[in-house]
Amino acid sequence: MNNKANFHLSCPIPISRYPRVTMAHGGGGRLSHQLIAEMFQPLFANEFSKAEHDGALLPTTSKNIAFTTDSHVIRPLFFPGGDIGSLAVYGTVNDLAMCGAKPLYLSLSLIIEEGLPMETLWRIAQSIKTAAETAGVRIVTGDTKVVNRATGDELFINTAGIGAIDHALAIQPSSIQSGDQIILNGDLGRHGIAVLAHREGLAFESEIESDCAPLNGIVQALLQARIPIHCLRDLTRGGLVSALVEIATTSGKRIELNEPAIPVREDIRGACEILGFDPLFVANEGRFIAFVPPDSAAAAIETMRAHPLGAGAVQIGQVTEGEARVLARNIFGGSRILDMFSGEQLPRIC
Amino acid sequence: MKFVDEFRDAAAVKKILPRIHGVTTQPWNIMEICGGQTHAFLRYGIDKLLPEEITLLHGPGCPVCVTPLQQIDKALQLAAMENVIFCSFGDMVRVPGSREDLLSVKARGGDVRIVYSPIDALKIAMTHPDKDVVFFAIGFETTAPANAMVILQAEAKKQRNFTALCSQVVAPAAMETILASPTNKVDGFLAAGHVCSVMGYHEYIPLAEKYKIPIVVTGFEPLDLLCGVFACVKQLQEQRYGVENQYRRSVTRAGNIPAQETMKKVFHLVDWPWRGIGMIPRSGLVLRDEYAEYDAEKRFQLHDIEVQESKECIAGLILQGVKKPLDCSHFGTACTPDHPLGATMVSSEGACAGYFEYKR
Repeated sequence: MNNKANFHLSCPIPISRYPRVTMAHGGGGRLSHQLIAEMFQPLFANEFSKAEHDGALLPTTSKNIAFTTDSHVIRPLFFPGGDIGSLAVYGTVNDLAMCGAKPLYLSLSLIIEEGLPMETLWRIAQSIKTAAETAGVRIVTGDTKVVNRATGDELFINTAGIGAIDHALAIQPSSIQSGDQIILNGDLGRHGIAVLAHREGLAFESEIESDCAPLNGIVQALLQARIPIHCLRDLTRGGLVSALVEIATTSGKRIELNEPAIPVREDIRGACEILGFDPLFVANEGRFIAFVPPDSAAAAIETMRAHPLGAGAVQIGQVTEGEARVLARNIFGGSRILDMFSGEQLPRIC
Repeated sequence: MKFVDEFRDAAAVKKILPRIHGVTTQPWNIMEICGGQTHAFLRYGIDKLLPEEITLLHGPGCPVCVTPLQQIDKALQLAAMENVIFCSFGDMVRVPGSREDLLSVKARGGDVRIVYSPIDALKIAMTHPDKDVVFFAIGFETTAPANAMVILQAEAKKQRNFTALCSQVVAPAAMETILASPTNKVDGFLAAGHVCSVMGYHEYIPLAEKYKIPIVVTGFEPLDLLCGVFACVKQLQEQRYGVENQYRRSVTRAGNIPAQETMKKVFHLVDWPWRGIGMIPRSGLVLRDEYAEYDAEKRFQLHDIEVQESKECIAGLILQGVKKPLDCSHFGTACTPDHPLGATMVSSEGACAGYFEYKR
């Protein structure tokens, strides 16, 4: 999905003069203006960003808008299947999509650690542009700051986003009904394992790529197919389980998963076995669940499967009467109660 | 996944269950040694499928749980030192010492890193020649060969900025302590398959003989566990005792001889304190004198700390099978994974954490 062809364009800030970002690039003087004028403005120029304000003036025809913000910190900045730039765009786009909104506008705020190679910044800026184009959103305002070396972790990115809500559905946990079916758009665990493997130098037989992708298209497809969606949630940090536990707690409903139905790719299962991880808790960046009424489940699955990001869509569980908790049934007829981890999953000793 | 899926096969599990129910006519206490086995029982809900006569007791085979408090406190001291990079397996960083855990030391500025293999710690030492790199070498016989190997490699490379803080223990010594105790409740053991992959099972034969107790070397998948329970109960019902090997795809009688030789070359057996249990004769592995320069306890000035174990915690009794997690009045209230009173609540293999996680 990345338009890698763009990457051969050379960085507009002459490398010979400034191979790395300096404090002066964030000082508000000439170098700051040069960085913005030569690197960011040409990449992100649109009719809204041209206004000579510190903010963007945006039109909207929708009665309701959704507004969200997300900060992105990740090591390494580049990983198989994505980078901090695409992640920062898709993260916010997906948060808006999960509200049932059509993402329109993003802000982009960079906190750069002094010494970051200018070429790295340029590659990430291009990735942001490509991701925004892929997701069909426009970056309308932004900010850059530079912090002293050793006070940041190369680069932090915050994006905030606005999306339009053009339907009458109340897509939220409190809309969930007993009997709702839970549909997942594909296999779990790829992002978490891809980043971990790349960061720690764990080599598997084939390179595992992150599933990082914008989910607004597939959500729009569900809305256009008039699926009466009750709730949507993307499965980022903490994976499927954290998302479900949160929903069970806020909606006061009991959620039952059919564990054997949950797709996890063979290589991810293998990696999780070795590390002592449970794939149901591993992070994803292109996976979400939809809660739909039982009579819409088949249509929802069909609509999702017709979209490239939903080819592996399956029903993985349902909402039932009972105490607000998440239960997973296994193939032996046994079950376990799922709860969030105290911190993050830690690799085991043996 | 080969060697995994066939041992999670529902049809096979459904076949063995009635055989277990058929053979069981009276109450038996069976202890699984390894924390990995405890968690597999709970995760797959297999404990609930067993006849009610069978009580599972959860043994001391969780390396994090039995690492003595004074070793954790030494780790915390080392991790807080100015020029030290402290390398630990992930499991270990949240285990409370007498005052705090490694994550807290890291938050105060200590350089604590999670490694996936002892070799990673050695690599860090090689790339940071100006730092002292200390590796927290903990575990049972499963980790001992790799931890011994890294010492040999450090010696071969003359990597003098690398040391290890050791807390290695061996399983049979703890089993004997449990059996010899007047409060012992264990009728049969499921021995830890991975320990036996390294050590073989010949060490268990005299133990079974002396205490007239069945010991079944058992794997970690649902079918392994059920076959282990079946073999153990069958012996008990037939009033037999002996060592059986359920985990034949990995374990032989003699075990992995080169791994054992590597261990023997680097470590020797000493009396060792187990957290919650106390001193167990000839149960700990420490570096031989030839490798003293790679011993963090000899390299660094570590002051003794008055070690205070939480008085409320009954982890020691749980690890010996005398109590179960739900017998503790603090379980799930004063003691949770967010605020653990003892190691059995924090380790991913600890019995209390398992009961909490799976809401037993």
